[in-house]
Order: sequence, then structure tokens, then C-alpha cells
Amino acid sequence: MSLTISDVQKIARLARLAMNPNEIEAARAQLSGIFELIAEMQAVNTTGIEPMSHAQELSQRLREDVVCATNQREAFQAIAPQVESGLYLVPQVLE
Amino acid sequence: MLNLSLQKIGVALRAKQISSVELTQLYLDRIATHNPVLNAYVTVEAHKSLAQAKAADAMLAIGSAQALTGIPIAQKDIFCAQGWRTTCGSKMLDNFISPYDAHVITQFNAAGAVNLGKTNMDEFAMGSSNETSYFGPVRNPWNIKAVPGGSSGGAASAVAARLCAAATGTDTGGSIRQPAALCGITGIKPTYGTVSRYGMIAFASSLDQAGPMARSAEDCALMLNVMTGHDPRDSTSLVRDKEDYTRELNKPLAGLRIGLPREFFAEGLSQDVAACVQAAVAEYQKLGATVVEVSLPNAKLAVPVYYVLAPAEASSNLSRFDGVRYGYRAPDYTDLTDMYEKTRAQGFGEEVKRRIMIGTYVLSHGYYDAYYLQAQKIRRLIAQDFVAAFKQCDVIMGPTSPSTAFNLGEKGDDPVQMYLSDIYTIAVNLAGLPGMSIPCGTGANGLPVGLQIIGDYFKEAQMLGVAHQYQLATDWHSRAPNI
Repeated sequence: MSLTISDVQKIARLARLAMNPNEIEAARAQLSGIFELIAEMQAVNTTGIEPMSHAQELSQRLREDVVCATNQREAFQAIAPQVESGLYLVPQVLE
Repeated sequence: MLNLSLQKIGVALRAKQISSVELTQLYLDRIATHNPVLNAYVTVEAHKSLAQAKAADAMLAIGSAQALTGIPIAQKDIFCAQGWRTTCGSKMLDNFISPYDAHVITQFNAAGAVNLGKTNMDEFAMGSSNETSYFGPVRNPWNIKAVPGGSSGGAASAVAARLCAAATGTDTGGSIRQPAALCGITGIKPTYGTVSRYGMIAFASSLDQAGPMARSAEDCALMLNVMTGHDPRDSTSLVRDKEDYTRELNKPLAGLRIGLPREFFAEGLSQDVAACVQAAVAEYQKLGATVVEVSLPNAKLAVPVYYVLAPAEASSNLSRFDGVRYGYRAPDYTDLTDMYEKTRAQGFGEEVKRRIMIGTYVLSHGYYDAYYLQAQKIRRLIAQDFVAAFKQCDVIMGPTSPSTAFNLGEKGDDPVQMYLSDIYTIAVNLAGLPGMSIPCGTGANGLPVGLQIIGDYFKEAQMLGVAHQYQLATDWHSRAPNI
């Protein structure tokens, strides 16, 4: 399978990865090679086979709805790129 | 001291023949000498390790020591350790000081073990050669031109070079077993769900599993005793009784049925590796085991299936790296989307970006059924092959890796060639089974060869016994590189 430049541009946008035209072209060539490898799967007849999403067939455990973590805002925000008054700062999104 | 088993180091510590501070300093000195070449450690903080050693000596003094108290263990830099820089081999986390401990770290701390430092790894555990690390490649102590394997390459190199008593690793598609094979050490990936993933930076959550990397099966058993156990903070952590993984070490092999999958000895396997594996199987027969040929007809699909499922899970897991709450943020940006895109473009390396893109594509509208669901269906076929095989045998054996360690740069430009180095290990992760690698010879280039032992679910104690009996009869595991 061969990906087009616009396929790769779309994937990069969905994945939130900035890429210049050279990088897009390099990624196109490498991803196409990987999808050739992946294509081996397509010939397998899997009619009636249940998808296996997990190694252990378990139902999700639920915990009691009680407070169990202490507030560590200062410790967590100490490692954030930009904070102010206990808030994480990002570029303005609303005019 | 460097070549003593963990059990014997423990005896020496408890008998006050050496203190934990002295032992820790011995390793710190070796790291200072050899790490500039091997690059096995990303972070070493002597004062922290020595403080833990001092505390361990206090426990030893009052006679409250456990099996690993005072023993210096290297931690893969994928495990968050409070107050320690935890990078996962990425620029994205170059400045990340973890505010909390992974469950595995908590367990080692509770056991009184010393954290000797954080080992280098492929970025976000994505790689089979340790060349994708932001902190530079790790070198194989058997030949510094060769790779140590990956992604737990720093751990494997450190154990082989005696830069720690033992180490932790993680294995999503072979990242404990393949570097263990390439560096001539012993490593085990237990059954999925046995070791908590809490605080272990996620790559592909349905496949990731932590395990020990050490000089022998016996050492791995002691490490597993500390690492395993239920943890409510990981929703996939299994509720099981605590096991003693040393319990079958001395069980004789008479009557053991070894399954040899014919697909593991077909085209693609180097002759020198095949010869060593066959010799190891012959040794097992001498020790009383019998051999039966088994078939894993869908195993050849494991690599393509893995390169759909693991990137799909990774693209979701790695969406958390957005430059907002922790880690790297691009210095210049125009708006929020631009900040995300530049942060991720600059913070992630090439292989990580490649896998995020594969995952994004296979999960995208119109391709989900053809790729992701199809891969999950074949995953079940692969798992069913093992169930059928284990009706005929107790353990499965084969090569861990198709070749011995290759040279740095040798597979750099072709991701597909690199992906094929995990051809024998990936199916085990897809099925969630335990798998291990033990050294069983040297290849044509004089570098170590690994024998892979695959067990049925929760049969780690049996596998460790099977490995230990071989290690009692042979000396491949005790050979050390000349560094």
C-alpha cells in the first residue's frame, strides 16, 4: 500500500505533529514500507473470530467512590511548563 | 562480589562482610569508569543511592533485612521514581522530575533495595537497538561497536558489564528478552497483569509488562518476588495470591516436555543462532527432558499485527504529551494547536513520531475495521495457537532473536528490518504469556545467543526452574565480557 502526501498531511494533523514538506515525504516513504508489512494481515480469513483486545479476559474493576488521593497541586504544578495562581497556562483559545 | 548471586550478596550483607554503602560505592565507581563508553545509565545520583544504602545498613544492623535489602538495583528510566529525573529516553521528559513512585519502585523501596540509577532505553520503549534514545545509543559490553538490543538496552548492558547487581526492564514486544539475549544475560517477562503498570510510562497498555533482568534465573526469581503482586492502582493488575518464584528452582527436569515450534526454526534464523539453540535443547534432553514438535501457524503474523496494535495504543497513550502539564514545551508558538504541534514535533524523536502516525492512521475513520479490528482478530488466532501447543508440552523453546547483536547504525535507515528483530518475541506479548531469555552460547561473531523459554500462563516459577537447571549444568550465564 502506498500513502499519498495528503494522507500523511492528514495523519500528521490528527496526531498534532508539525511537519515540513521534506519530513512529510520521508514519512510517506517509510510509512508505506511499514504498511506493506502490515498488509500481510489482510489475506487472513477472520470471519467469526472475536477480536481480542486484551490478554486477560477481565471486566473492569470499579473502586469505591471515596476520596483516596490527597491534594498535591503544588508538587504537580512545580514541574509544569507554565502556571499561575494554581492554573496551567496555555495560549488564549477564546477571543 | 560482582559475580555473586543476589542470594549470596544478601548473605554477605547480613553477615556484615560488606556494607550496602560499600557495595553501592563499588558499583558507583564502576559506573563512573565504564558508563562514559557504555552509556547504560541516563541518570546516576550517588547521594540518593548512598542515602538508601545507609538506611539499608541500618535495617541490616537491627536484623530486619529482607532478601534484597541493601542490594543495588538499576531501574529502567520508564519507571517514575519520586524526586528522580524520569525521561523514558525522550527529550519530551528530559526535564521531568517525577512527583511520585511507580508501584515497582515502591516495592523495591519497601524491600530495602538501593536504586542505583536510571538506565538508558529506546525512546518510550520503541526500538530494538537502543539507538532511538534521545540520550544516545547504549553500547554492548561484549563489543562496543554492537548494539545491546532494546528497548531495555541500558539495563542489559549494565547487568552484563556488572554495573549493577540486577536491573528492571519492561517488555512490550520483546524489550526484556531481546536485549537479554544480545547481552548474554537472563531476563523474564511475566504473564500480563502480574506486575503493576502504575507509574510505568505507558507505551502499549495491553502489552506492556515489567520484569527483571539479571545474571541468572535464580536472581530473576528473587527479583520477581519483589516486583509482583496486586496493585489496585492498575486496573489490569491481577488479584492473585503472592507466589514464591524460587519454589521450583531445584525441581529436576525429568519428564519435562519441551515444544519446539517449527515456525521458529524456519527461514530468517541465522545458522549460528540455530546451532546454539539446538545444542541447548540437546542439553535439556540430556537432563531428562523430552522434545515434541509443535506448530504456531499464525506466529508469522505477529509482527504485522503488533505494528497495528502497539502503535494504535501508543498514539492514544502519547496524546498526553501536550506541553501543558509536564515535560517539554516548544519555546515559540502562535496559538494552542501550534503549541501542541510544535511541542510534539520537537519533543518526540523520529521512531516515536512514526509509530504515533501509524497508530493514528489505523484508528482513523474508514480504516479501523481493516486494520485495528483485523489485527485484534488475528491476535486471538495467535493466542489460540499457544493454547493448542501447550496441550502437547510444558514449555516452548526457540531462539529469542534471529541473530546475535548487530552493529550500531546497521539497521538504522530501515524501520521494517529493525521490526523483524522481534519476530520470535512479539507473539508472546500478544498472547499475554510469560517469556524469558537465557544465554546459551556464542555466535559466529563471538557475541551471546539467547534461548527463549515460553511458559503457559502463570508458569513463571516452572520456567525459572527450567532455566536454573540448565544454568546448573552449563556456564554460559556466568561468562562476563572483558571490559
